Amino acid sequence: MAREVTGSKRVFPAVWMLVGMVWMGGVSADGQTAARFAQVAEINRQIAAGWKDYGIRPSPAATDGEWCRRLYLDLLGRIPTVEEVQAFLKSRDSDKRRKLVAKLLYDEEYTEEYARNWTTLWTNILIGRTGGTERRTLISRPGMQKYLRDAFARNKPYDRMVFELVTSTGTTKPGSPNFNGAVNFLIGKVNDEKGAQATAATARIFLGMQVQCTQCHNHPFNSWKQRKFWEFNAFFRQTRALRRYEPGTRNLAYAELVDEDFGGEGSSPEEAEIYYELRNGLLKAAYPVFLDGTVIPRSGLLKDVNRRRELGKLIVNSPYVSRAIVNRMWAHFMGYGFTKPIDDMGPHNIPTHPELLDYLADEFARQSYDLKLLIQWIVLSRPYALSSKTNKSNEKIDDPLLGESPKFSRFYLRQMRAEELYESLLVATEADRAGGNYEQQEKAKSDWLRQFVVAFGNDEGTEMTTFNGTIPQVLMMFNGSLIKRAMDVKSGGVLGKVLRSPMSTKNKIEYLYLAGLARKPTREELGWASQLMRVHKGDPGKALQDIWWAVLNSNEFIFNH
Amino acid sequence: MTTLIPNGMSRRHFMSHLAGASALAGSALSLGHTLRLHADDLKRRRKSAILLWMGGGPSTIDIWDLKPGTNTGGPFRPISTSGDVQICEHLPMMAKQMHHMAIIRSMSTREADHTRGRYYMHTGYAPDPNVEHPSYGAVIAHELIEQRPDLQIPPFISVGGGSVGPGFLGMAWAPFSVNSNGQVRNLNMGLDRQRLASRLRTLELIEQRFIDQRRGLPSDEHRQVVQKAVYLMTSEQMKAFKVNEEPEPVRERYGTDAFGRSCLMARRLIEVGVPFVEVGLGGWDNHSNIFPTLADNKLPALDRAMSALVEDLEQRGLLQDTVIIWMGEFSRTPRINGNTGRDHWARAWSVVVGGGGIKGGQAIGSTNEDGTRVVTDPYTAEDVMASVCHALGISLETTFTSRNGRPMKIANSGKIIKDLFA
Repeated sequence: MAREVTGSKRVFPAVWMLVGMVWMGGVSADGQTAARFAQVAEINRQIAAGWKDYGIRPSPAATDGEWCRRLYLDLLGRIPTVEEVQAFLKSRDSDKRRKLVAKLLYDEEYTEEYARNWTTLWTNILIGRTGGTERRTLISRPGMQKYLRDAFARNKPYDRMVFELVTSTGTTKPGSPNFNGAVNFLIGKVNDEKGAQATAATARIFLGMQVQCTQCHNHPFNSWKQRKFWEFNAFFRQTRALRRYEPGTRNLAYAELVDEDFGGEGSSPEEAEIYYELRNGLLKAAYPVFLDGTVIPRSGLLKDVNRRRELGKLIVNSPYVSRAIVNRMWAHFMGYGFTKPIDDMGPHNIPTHPELLDYLADEFARQSYDLKLLIQWIVLSRPYALSSKTNKSNEKIDDPLLGESPKFSRFYLRQMRAEELYESLLVATEADRAGGNYEQQEKAKSDWLRQFVVAFGNDEGTEMTTFNGTIPQVLMMFNGSLIKRAMDVKSGGVLGKVLRSPMSTKNKIEYLYLAGLARKPTREELGWASQLMRVHKGDPGKALQDIWWAVLNSNEFIFNH
Repeated sequence: MTTLIPNGMSRRHFMSHLAGASALAGSALSLGHTLRLHADDLKRRRKSAILLWMGGGPSTIDIWDLKPGTNTGGPFRPISTSGDVQICEHLPMMAKQMHHMAIIRSMSTREADHTRGRYYMHTGYAPDPNVEHPSYGAVIAHELIEQRPDLQIPPFISVGGGSVGPGFLGMAWAPFSVNSNGQVRNLNMGLDRQRLASRLRTLELIEQRFIDQRRGLPSDEHRQVVQKAVYLMTSEQMKAFKVNEEPEPVRERYGTDAFGRSCLMARRLIEVGVPFVEVGLGGWDNHSNIFPTLADNKLPALDRAMSALVEDLEQRGLLQDTVIIWMGEFSRTPRINGNTGRDHWARAWSVVVGGGGIKGGQAIGSTNEDGTRVVTDPYTAEDVMASVCHALGISLETTFTSRNGRPMKIANSGKIIKDLFA
């Protein structure tokens, strides 16, 4: 089917086509496959060892349809089309799962969607759901997205990406002179509160360390001390976010992230110390020191040392960085990470599978921080391919919702994210995209997402989302604009197409179930639906509407399962 | 098979299914339900609460605890009231209702950041990455739901604001948010009952099959929320949201602005049996130009609507069973900054409560001469919450268990502010 293809895809075909050819091509791929299966085998072995310890019998394997649906959701952020499901179900190839993964990761046809999905996820991680939408903000959301889209489309090594996000300088907005979209991560976090936000976000996102409480006091239950917070903070103190105005006005044109000489809070820039206040009111001095105790020169002068570049190097050379991303990616695909929350990995928070976490982190670093490789190890593993149906041996002891640690003996149900639902509804209903280029499509999506956002009425513009399984969300699925459009039999969407096609009644019903649920209807469902078709014989569109409405409103549709 | 279809099934019967389902979820979360232990208490009159949430952090030194003639006092004058307290001159109508309300002038808290303060004042707990605590509305709705078996609309309604979520109590106790016009989005399917029924029947087949496959709690929770949504679409109680059906003089009395409409809606919701309504009034984050903002804008709106609400509840005999809480996430610095504004301040400030048997017309505790310090016993969010629970007849021995197994006392073991009930 015709998913919208925008021009951006053609900007960088060479790099990843090369990657794709190496991967798809016969002989060399086989050698690589074996190497890849080694990590998959290790995941399977270690996770199964945990089942044995707990006396758990894992859930049965997911059906091809279920597995296919979850793969599209987790990799591309949308459910598969009817054609995509059917092609997969029909294939007799014993290696078809691996081939589908490779196709979604490396085939040019999917690059755009892959990059879009991971850009959405990482934009939310780096600047939040509303970053760049507030009044007077320095952040350019399109700038952040542009950087990420390029990075994911090229499969930029993860360590490179982290280094750039931590150390970049330049301007925020696409098209501005000296544009560098990566600066949008830090641009809104360095000026206020002495860069406390930059400190906390960098430690949390890239190192899996929660340090924000230690700004003011020693952490009650992890090893972070207040001193460590400020030593880490000292790395950001040469960095400033500057406002750039439209010539002759006070209208903000864009912002620029720069490094400048830092004189320190004491007397000498060569010993540029900073001060922080203990709870008892005493002042203490701090200099840049990394988590592992590595010190860098104390000077605040750029000619002596660029503190942020030093920090970037220390971060990407540390073991924390690969542990943190492995944990994050595992949680993305498996529903839960090895720690909860995933970005609090200090020594106080023991991982559920420490050896596996370390093993995957080491392998990831060894294999050049290649995110697509890491993804393959996880999605080709046995735990990822298990059904979400529980059995007597794992329904209680392996339910993290009841406070149990995850054993990964079943696939955990999870609701689609709002963005996934939006994209999936477009796919399922075969509704035309709003049209336009990438930015316009993203805008149509964010306009729709805004209905779930509630503002709090303070100067900082704090917001929350109500897309969380509550009544307004259900009502939106009952009667909202996207659903109303999906129910339209006259337009070129799926209902009109099915209605006017020469398919048999049975095939029409089956088509709708496949489009929404990636499965055929049961005999009972088919019987009831056929009855509806008979009742509305004069107007079969009505019956199809009712069936389609039910499919889209079901738990089976809204959950990744 | 239980069905999502409301046709031909009595609402009470439907509700009994709902109650059964939520009780199941409840036991899985090991909730302590005090009300179940006191069956006799069910016969007494049903209690409710209204939280007037002042988003942004209202300057209580300019509203409830004035310091005229000091450096920090600002330009406003105190006026006498129907109670034994003085309040700001810009609240003349509230002044006539103060015999129903008590000012707690010795609040002293620690969270002076919006997000953290909002969470803390709503839950009685400081934010904790490992536990999500339930907010006022979720706790009170959860504890009082059994007093109203006929309630068909959500028990925790948030008007014109966001509130804080249900935490470990689960989605069934989440706030149902509407704007001040009472328009619930996407409520109208535009179909006759027949079509709705056939859609729900088709849905039921998919929904139930998925649940029967035992894929975990969320699939069942989804069905519960779907049931509630169907109920909402067909319930007569939805009329409570339609403030425009009130006579014009009543609407004028409350004020035709958003906050006025919201307070009027709160009264209507309490009347149909909703146990907890939160009404949001934002715009109190006055870092600059605070005095004209308060005098010309915020205080007149607050004065009209809040006084109307108190008066109206009293006239309808509802005030003795309805607790009103007025508060924000914190207050503002006594010191007036360079932009003629006040910044965040949590160390010494005021909260106002009344109704539900609380002794009105009094000020509890006091601050020093310039309002920078509390000079009597300091009170916290936990203490306010404990006192509100007490006024509503909810036992402070109630203990919840969070999903990760930690026991949690209701109101975080706050202590009752005794003078409120003297």
